Amino acid sequence: MTAPDALLEARGLAKSYGGRMACAGVSLAIREGEVLAVVGESGSGKSTLLNMLAGRLAPDAGEVHYRMRDGVMRDMARLSEAERRVLMRTDWGFVHQDAAQGLRMNVSAGGNIGERLMAIGGRHYGDIRAKAATWLTRVEIGVDRIDDKPTAYSGGMRQRLQIARNLVTSPRLVFMDEPTGGLDVSVQARLLDLIRGLSADLGLAVILVTHDLAVARLLSHRILVMKGGAVIETGLTDRVLDDPQAPYTQLLVSSVLAA
Amino acid sequence: MTDNPYNFAYLDEQTKRMIRRAILKAVAIPGYQVPFASREMPMPYGWGTGGVQVTAAILGPKDVLKVIDQGADDTTNAVSIRAFFAKTAGVQTTTATAEATIIQTRHRIPEAPLGEDQVLVYQVPIPEPLRFLEPRETETRTMHALSEYGLMHVKLYEDIARFGHIATSYAYPVEVAGRYVMDPSPIPKFDNPKMDDCPALQLFGAGREKRIYAIPPHTRVVSLDFDDHPFERNRFSQPCALCGAGDSYLDEVVTDDRGGRLFVCSDTDYCEGRREAGHRGHQPGGPERKEAAE
Repeated sequence: MTAPDALLEARGLAKSYGGRMACAGVSLAIREGEVLAVVGESGSGKSTLLNMLAGRLAPDAGEVHYRMRDGVMRDMARLSEAERRVLMRTDWGFVHQDAAQGLRMNVSAGGNIGERLMAIGGRHYGDIRAKAATWLTRVEIGVDRIDDKPTAYSGGMRQRLQIARNLVTSPRLVFMDEPTGGLDVSVQARLLDLIRGLSADLGLAVILVTHDLAVARLLSHRILVMKGGAVIETGLTDRVLDDPQAPYTQLLVSSVLAA
Repeated sequence: MTDNPYNFAYLDEQTKRMIRRAILKAVAIPGYQVPFASREMPMPYGWGTGGVQVTAAILGPKDVLKVIDQGADDTTNAVSIRAFFAKTAGVQTTTATAEATIIQTRHRIPEAPLGEDQVLVYQVPIPEPLRFLEPRETETRTMHALSEYGLMHVKLYEDIARFGHIATSYAYPVEVAGRYVMDPSPIPKFDNPKMDDCPALQLFGAGREKRIYAIPPHTRVVSLDFDDHPFERNRFSQPCALCGAGDSYLDEVVTDDRGGRLFVCSDTDYCEGRREAGHRGHQPGGPERKEAAE
């Protein structure tokens, strides 16, 4: 079942909290440039799965393998802590639902974007600042806001800043946990547009956790439906949403309110 | 000294051995913060409990002790610590930098160059340079272990973004021996270059935070900066009003309530030495209305 061109591959990931199974034997693979949506209701194990994939949570069983930039597939559990941390702040990104978790709230927007550059050895202030300004423009934030702290930003701007901060080192894989959660509809639409544009332009692979089927349809190529910690259906997004096979997916799709 | 009710230098011998072991480890790993079992001292935290413990551990009967507070030998903190060791260890004390074998300091490095036979002991309030940006101790320790010091530059970046230059003027972070980033305690950044390749042993003690770290003699100490915003020592627009020194760190002294002020050497021993040698500033008598100070 090893996909020869997989960027990240998980086999039999399981996690339980006490006696409660949060994630049971989940396997998946994602290719370079592919957007994979993980959908399911609250408590279905989506976030647990994402955290295990991103190395933020140790699985009880199973393995995660990642193809490094040199093309070698590595077992994440066997990476040293130093390697894992370097990977996390260069080749990976993580966009939290709550921007306050992903940003340094008491550091200016420029400093937030520049942090990864300084972490990998950027020591030229002018260059770091120019790059920060470029990225602010790309995520549609005015360059005149570069010295403002995220506390002075609106919810949608914080989320865009968080994306810029993650993308500045040109990662290949970005994990997103409900990136549009808690935002109003028009702001959501703009953000989705931005994520879709950036991931297409940069050839990003994205693993996106969402409970919103509309978000999944708009952004993702493939979809993975979870219930009770297990994957119950997976396939191309349009196929799964237009022609759901599993009874639970049929229920999920039919319960979306039409505007 | 049979009438002295204290053990030599106040601390018991086992405690001093424990502190010496921490100091040895600190000297072996320059810039690394070694945890130690800091004791309660007969002074409040923040008054130099860390520095006093380090001094007590390295003090011998033949040592000559000098204690300075912000460069001055005659302020409360300096006077009490000097008196403390004069009483509990019976050692000779001095205010002359050149005569001292151990100099305990709060927030300054003496102007006079230090020698190989001297030890400089710093009192440190917060030993962790990364603390203000990363509150978690587990995280800062990992960052030190993996040399992840990008965050330190985020602080400097913020300075430039806000003020146009690196506005951090004290406790300016340094890299020691090409490895650990260290907080040099709240000395002015004016003093930072003095730590580099210093012939004297430099020991840092933080009592409340229970950490000891060190810079061995002749160690490379580099102040962090950006390529396009290099480290700069602050300069003063005028020389010392008392001794005319143009190369020393100056304190601003308010002399009256009508805006009168005076810039004088913060290192009192250095200033006095220069005046004895005949140097004079533009106001050698000090402030005109001396009684106003009382």
